[in-house]
Amino acid sequence: MTTTIDRHGDDPADYVPLASPDVVTVATPTRPSHADFADTAEVPIVTPVPSNGVVPPTTAGTVVPPRIVVGPRSDQRTPTATPAAARPVSRAAQRLDVPRAIASRTQDDVLSFWGALLGSGALTWVLYYQILPFSGRVGFVICWFVVFLAMYAGVTAMGNPSLVVVDRVVAAMVRAGAYVVFLTLATAIFFTFVRGWPALVHPNFYFSDMAGVRPTDSLDKGGIYHAIIGSIIEVGIAVAVTLPLGIGAAVYMNEFSGRFARLVRTIVEAMTALPSIVAGLFVYTVLIVTLGFARTGFAAAMAISVMMLPIIARSADVVLRVMPGGLREASLALGASKWQTVRQVVIPTVRPGLATALILGIARGVGETSPVLLTSGASSFTNYNPFNEPMNSLPLFVFSAVRSGEPMFITRGFGAASVLLILVLVLFIITRFLARTKVGSR
Amino acid sequence: MTVLLEKEPAPAEPQVRDRPREVDPALPATDKAFHGVALVIGIAVLVIMGSIGAFLGYQSLPTLQRYGLGFFRESQWQPENDTLGISSVLLGTFTVAIVALAIAFPLAFATAVYISEYAAPKVKSFLVSLIDLMAAIPSIVWGLWGFFLIQPKGIHIAHWIHTHLGFIPFFQVDTDPNAASWAQSRYAASAFIAGIAVAMMVLPMAAAVMRQVFSQAPMGEREAALALGSTKWGMVRTVVLPFGRGGIIGGTMLSMGRALGETIAVVLIISPSFDIKFRPLEVGTETVSALIAGRFGEATSAQLSALLTAGFVLFLITLVINTLAAIIVSRSRSGADTD
Repeated sequence: MTTTIDRHGDDPADYVPLASPDVVTVATPTRPSHADFADTAEVPIVTPVPSNGVVPPTTAGTVVPPRIVVGPRSDQRTPTATPAAARPVSRAAQRLDVPRAIASRTQDDVLSFWGALLGSGALTWVLYYQILPFSGRVGFVICWFVVFLAMYAGVTAMGNPSLVVVDRVVAAMVRAGAYVVFLTLATAIFFTFVRGWPALVHPNFYFSDMAGVRPTDSLDKGGIYHAIIGSIIEVGIAVAVTLPLGIGAAVYMNEFSGRFARLVRTIVEAMTALPSIVAGLFVYTVLIVTLGFARTGFAAAMAISVMMLPIIARSADVVLRVMPGGLREASLALGASKWQTVRQVVIPTVRPGLATALILGIARGVGETSPVLLTSGASSFTNYNPFNEPMNSLPLFVFSAVRSGEPMFITRGFGAASVLLILVLVLFIITRFLARTKVGSR
Repeated sequence: MTVLLEKEPAPAEPQVRDRPREVDPALPATDKAFHGVALVIGIAVLVIMGSIGAFLGYQSLPTLQRYGLGFFRESQWQPENDTLGISSVLLGTFTVAIVALAIAFPLAFATAVYISEYAAPKVKSFLVSLIDLMAAIPSIVWGLWGFFLIQPKGIHIAHWIHTHLGFIPFFQVDTDPNAASWAQSRYAASAFIAGIAVAMMVLPMAAAVMRQVFSQAPMGEREAALALGSTKWGMVRTVVLPFGRGGIIGGTMLSMGRALGETIAVVLIISPSFDIKFRPLEVGTETVSALIAGRFGEATSAQLSALLTAGFVLFLITLVINTLAAIIVSRSRSGADTD
């Protein structure tokens, strides 16, 4: 938001175009005195500049150097514009019309922010550590923030109306909240890698399993190969089951709409509410207790499928639903059959979106611990056969390693968690890449 | 065309050639097959999903017949004494979820407002992906984060809250906060610590829904507010937030549904306790999902049925909350595009 104010109305060459608000940095908050207006016969015209940075055409004859707000002076000056009528106004009216400076950031903004930040930091340090019997860094930061808000509000109130005070305090709080969230995300990832680093540097961590390795053994023995293989097999089976079912159901809901399709959609949406542990318990009860199967990788894959199916079906449904109907109708109007339309128009259009839905579903399935906790058992050896013998998987390995309480084993757990994180990050980056390539994705 | 017709004297035949095409022709064979396959898949999904719900409901019957409403009133879970009930467990589930939401809601709200209103346009899409990434981080990682990183600090925060706000029953802990060496273990493994970890898991979901709704607030109304001299926050408060109210409520409820069902982080952090209490700062609590994860191994078939009943109750609660959230999001003016 920027303002131009005319004072004299003589030289169009002095008109300074304002750059886009991003670039506008400093503004001199000198307010024109009444005397300034008194010697011109004009009303100060306030021209708001829209936030997209386009400067509206201004008056050649009347408009001149913006005295109040100064953007960076650009080299090309724009001697533009259509003449506007200058209205003679009485003195009294001019008095009322003192314009407010509303640049995107004024010197006042910058200085009061940094002043309040530093001042509150110093004050909090003195009070918190030197005078009051407090300790602890978390408490210090919280107190600092509270004192900062108070000081910032106080400093702002010295020269601004209360609206501005509220605006600045809220902006500070919103920014702080967002920074806390992003910082938390960073700490979670960073912390996992730092704690897992001692395990991650050993190549055997990726290429051998835990067979015959005692929990207290050093990190150059044993690894998580069996868990990586187990995760890949289990999620692979789950994808093979859920992909055709999920996408087929989504296609059905969208192409053959009717009462039955609505029923399917309702049930699918309801089942997204199924907690993953209940999905695991369901498979445990049916496959293992009732039907008497052993705990195997296949049972775990079924539990993951039950959890993933509604997620994939629902997000595929959303992707298909937002596809522009015109494309489908155009294809049908050209005489294509329904199957041709789906195969050659609908699916190619929404493919990136479908891929995104699928990969996010996989990321969910890889990382979910509770279904596999109940169904797969936990082997310490590498098992390629999902139908026989228990299997391990990354999240399950992390869980049991951390629960063991053995420091060496906990480090292995963090190492496995780092591998899991890398896996999710890679899947995620692929998703971003796919989503960017074409239209049709969300 | 017209010229041609004029030249030719119109014969009496054109009716034969001009037979209108059948409006409702029979489906081609491929379409019939396609319809059949799609229908089969639809039925399969319906049967799978429906049978899970029906199975859970059916398995709950014996337990509900045996214990009746007492199942919801009894607080202890002692299969060996034939006393089973989920009142304390349900209370614990809600305690963790409420703590999680109390932390997640303001942060998610601030993040959504920041991304949609304050962030520079260049970094906006990057920040949106960061939130999506946060949603994709496995819950076990948040569990590790909560247990190893947050718990040691959270104990002190809990102690501070107890010392200074302990007069509120909600913040009560059954120990003397002013003792020379206060009992750290009384503040560990609590619903409060578990709630922090769960908050980080459900936060991205709430933030994503809110941000999406905020970004749909009509540009014309925003500009109108700004043109009338509103400050940025004034514009957000009077245009964006009323517009996004449905998204705020709906997103929060969706994340509530997720928070109720979280398992692994909770299992890692809490120590089981079946007391009826609403004191999140104190050691020990139990949630439905943690109960299932902890007890399924040694369960007999009757106990398994009881666990399934607890799971079914949790599912129903989540279902109701999700459905209400979906209705609120879709009814609000902002609804249409949020999922």
